[in-house]
Amino acid sequence: MQESLLQAVQGYMYPNEIELQWSILIVLYPFTTGLVAGAFILASLERVFNVQAVKPTYRLALLTALAFLLVAPLPLQLHLGHPERSLEMYLTPHTTSAMAMFGFIYLWYLMAVLLVEIWLDYRKEIVLLSRSTTGWIGKIYKVLTLGVDNISEGSLKVDDRVGRFITIIGIPSAFLLHGYVGFIFGSIKANPWWSTPVMPIVFLFSAIVSGIALVLLMYMATCFLKGIEIDMPCVDTIARYLLYAFLIDFSIELMDLIHRIYEADESFQSLDFMVHTRLYTSQILIQIVFGTIVPIGFLAFTQLVKLSEGARKGIYVLAGTLTLIGIFAMRWNVVIGGQLFSKSFLGYTTYKMAFATKEGLLPAIVLLLLPFVILWGLVKLLPPWHEEPAANA
Amino acid sequence: MTIGRREFLIGAGKLLIVTAPAAAYLEAMAAGTEIEPAYKMADHYWGMIVDIEKCIGCGNCVRADKAENGVPMEPFYFRTWVERYHIEGGWSEHPEVDSPNGGYDGFPEKYAVGDAGKSFFVPKLCNQCAHSPCTQVCPVGATFETPDGAVLVDKTYCLGCRYCVQACPYGCRYIHPQTNTVDKCNLCYHRITKGLTTACCEACPTGARQLVDLKNPKDPVHEYLRTHKIQVLKPQMATGAKVYYNGLDGSVR
Repeated sequence: MQESLLQAVQGYMYPNEIELQWSILIVLYPFTTGLVAGAFILASLERVFNVQAVKPTYRLALLTALAFLLVAPLPLQLHLGHPERSLEMYLTPHTTSAMAMFGFIYLWYLMAVLLVEIWLDYRKEIVLLSRSTTGWIGKIYKVLTLGVDNISEGSLKVDDRVGRFITIIGIPSAFLLHGYVGFIFGSIKANPWWSTPVMPIVFLFSAIVSGIALVLLMYMATCFLKGIEIDMPCVDTIARYLLYAFLIDFSIELMDLIHRIYEADESFQSLDFMVHTRLYTSQILIQIVFGTIVPIGFLAFTQLVKLSEGARKGIYVLAGTLTLIGIFAMRWNVVIGGQLFSKSFLGYTTYKMAFATKEGLLPAIVLLLLPFVILWGLVKLLPPWHEEPAANA
Repeated sequence: MTIGRREFLIGAGKLLIVTAPAAAYLEAMAAGTEIEPAYKMADHYWGMIVDIEKCIGCGNCVRADKAENGVPMEPFYFRTWVERYHIEGGWSEHPEVDSPNGGYDGFPEKYAVGDAGKSFFVPKLCNQCAHSPCTQVCPVGATFETPDGAVLVDKTYCLGCRYCVQACPYGCRYIHPQTNTVDKCNLCYHRITKGLTTACCEACPTGARQLVDLKNPKDPVHEYLRTHKIQVLKPQMATGAKVYYNGLDGSVR
């Protein structure tokens, strides 16, 4: 291992830089939290901004956000040298640390926003199901009612009002959740690849893009699996929002790129070399060309040309998939790319991913699939399409 | 029985009242520091002088440090290391730098005397920054600046999240493979609080490294800083670095 680490170095790196600190697990962290924030913001479109067309995806988006949010801290936990000490972040947080705030923002978002919103939205069904279901599933519903079984007309009205209020709080919270993840990287002045004030904004908009793409794909997949007709106005609207969010995201990233190229500060030659060599495939090809320009092109095409339903569905699936791959590549290029060059600007290394180790590819794949398993369970427990026929009408 | 929101909130409030003192108790238990009895932190403020012109690249400091502080022997774990700079024509934005095994074994001859370039050695170590970016980012405060000017790590408290490693502009931190916690130069805190100098300073045959106490009016550092052209590494980072270099070339980063 020692030899291969040393061989990967080209030029000069400070000796302690030779071992990479943050692995693919840390790539998963901004990727999953981004999906959470994006899915939630899509859900809130219906609730707060009254975009009725996306209503069929409202509950699915919330459950998707929850499934990914539950998994979001796991890669971090697995990555820690001492996972058993992670609770110290809550008990003795260091107030100047951006990372210390993660626990609180995470808990706030999970407990005060997402769970409450889902609970309020599903409360009536949970109470009814707790009455009609027997066995241990019935017990689960009983627990989920939290002992509140008043589903009178007046009570549900209050639920709706509170739910709307929670969503309004939820939007800045979702912004905070992911903007803050960007700040974790953007505030590291030692690393010029990360250190930029637009990092939180870039993270935020790429989060919205990835979340919308995910919900679009999830909705089409669930319709396919359940044999339900896809609500075309709904997916058309989502695809349009995806395009808008993508255009904003790409513009901000381009602005950052142009600024860096034009300013060409002391780190530029080093970073430029890296982008043209070690990061060429993941940054130029996967992230920018196939993960951004191609899906934007596809989505813009559906806006300009009148296409058949089948063609639009195909394009949405393709664009959505490419988008998710592109955003994953973006997270990869930030996290891994930021560690491939020396802070002396005199050398480079490569990231060699292990497979079946604690921070290898295998746990990463498991952690990426886990939200879908959780989502499957959530959907079984709290079917999101319960009200769909009414919503479609 | 029908339980309304009001009852639910009252119940939740009671639960919070019961659990909060338990959390506070745990926090109090987690605290607790070791204090050297005869040593007064308030009387000292530590730093180091590194004289580039005196360093011969023998690697004594690296060896002494690894032995004193149990630094792993692999060539990518160092609390202190020595770099060799070589600059063709005397000035370049792209100096040639090497540090084989961190300078632990000294430096094999590479550049001929009298060639068109200049060569010199740069010992590196934690700069014990007064505004250290590494302590700023630690999520639990396991790494901290002491009142006497050292930046220390509490390895019984460090999570091993590696954020501080990313935040250090100088590459001074690494994760110790045995403890899975961060490690870095602590200025031999166990020695300097007993009136000794650091292991690296003690082992340096030319006096290129000198521990200094900026609060001691009799320390020769004051005279030294007045009479030499002093520079710190990466001053643009504004970290308040307290390792002062004499004769540092502008190409060093």
